[in-house]
Amino acid sequence: MCGATAGGLSLNGINTDIEAIIQGQVTKGGEPVSTGYVRLLDRTGEFTAEVPVSATGHFRFFAGDGEWTLRTLVPGAEPTDRTVQAAVGSIAEVEIAF
Amino acid sequence: MSRENSLVSAQWVEENLDNAKVVLVEVDEDTTAYDKGHIKGAIKLDWTTDLQDQVRRDFVNKAQFEALLSGRGVANDDTVVLYGGNNNWFAAYAYWYFKLYGHQDVRLLDGGRKKWELDSRELVAELPERAATTYTAQEQDLSIRAFRDETVAAIGTQNLVDVRSPDEFAGRLLAPAHLPQEQAQRAGHIPTAANVPWSKAANDDGTFRSDDELKEIYTEAGVDWSKDTIAYCRIGERSSHTWFVLKEILGQENVKNYDGSWTEYGSLVGVPIALGDEPGEA
Repeated sequence: MCGATAGGLSLNGINTDIEAIIQGQVTKGGEPVSTGYVRLLDRTGEFTAEVPVSATGHFRFFAGDGEWTLRTLVPGAEPTDRTVQAAVGSIAEVEIAF
Repeated sequence: MSRENSLVSAQWVEENLDNAKVVLVEVDEDTTAYDKGHIKGAIKLDWTTDLQDQVRRDFVNKAQFEALLSGRGVANDDTVVLYGGNNNWFAAYAYWYFKLYGHQDVRLLDGGRKKWELDSRELVAELPERAATTYTAQEQDLSIRAFRDETVAAIGTQNLVDVRSPDEFAGRLLAPAHLPQEQAQRAGHIPTAANVPWSKAANDDGTFRSDDELKEIYTEAGVDWSKDTIAYCRIGERSSHTWFVLKEILGQENVKNYDGSWTEYGSLVGVPIALGDEPGEA
């Protein structure tokens, strides 16, 4: 099993063929954000999951097929929403910049 | 119970950082979060090792819980303030656990670690030193803990509140979406359960909504306030959050947390399961 994108979270031990992965990095002023939260909202806007970002601003979800919204919260900034398409067997990469 | 004697604000915690009778306890799903920084003076409980029997699937027993708290320097008359990541999921679970073993004064930090971080309040690396105590626990209070047989018996007779996300409730996901989806058990929900995701009770910053908003959310979802209630999720931690709302904030009597939750129910042979977004028939 290969790892994630350069500098991202490892995918070792995860069967990516059966997962619909959404992952990426949160930055502020071009620098990775080490304190922040990314929420995954479903197609109706309902909360599905939330993760704290890693020390390098990375995050990952195991979603399902379809459209999802990422809501990102970082200190000192308004929450921001991004929509993303996920599909089983693929990895949707999302960069979130403040 | 009420909001006033079960919740404290971040400001209250700031003002009590040096109060020796207030013990801050961090409990996280990510058990390494504390090690990266924690509120000054806070001790850590690891839900996977400190609060779970290490062989069979169950909690630590009364004697083990007594040994745990004695060793960490928690006294029976201390005010225990729990907080954690992921909107206090595991802190709420620990709150329920402390209540299960009869601790008198236990509170949740409203908003937990997330609110603390988003407020840019201080986290420290320094580990606290607390002198050992002789902690005495009570027998488990089974009026707040549901087991599988009474959960099956509650179908069509009590409120069953499934607090997982709509996609887990309907059977489209098997686990919360920050975890891999490969699971052994069947998907779906307990027939007649209302789906009230735990997150409806919380604001984006992790704090709880107002009492009026909370009452409206559960009433709209079909919770009959005249009936007893069992809350469940996947492993019993998110449902502790909802148990906290119903029992401790809103003061509802006879609310139990089914800690076996979907990982037990969805693996049982022969029990009824409903699929899709509707509660289903008894």
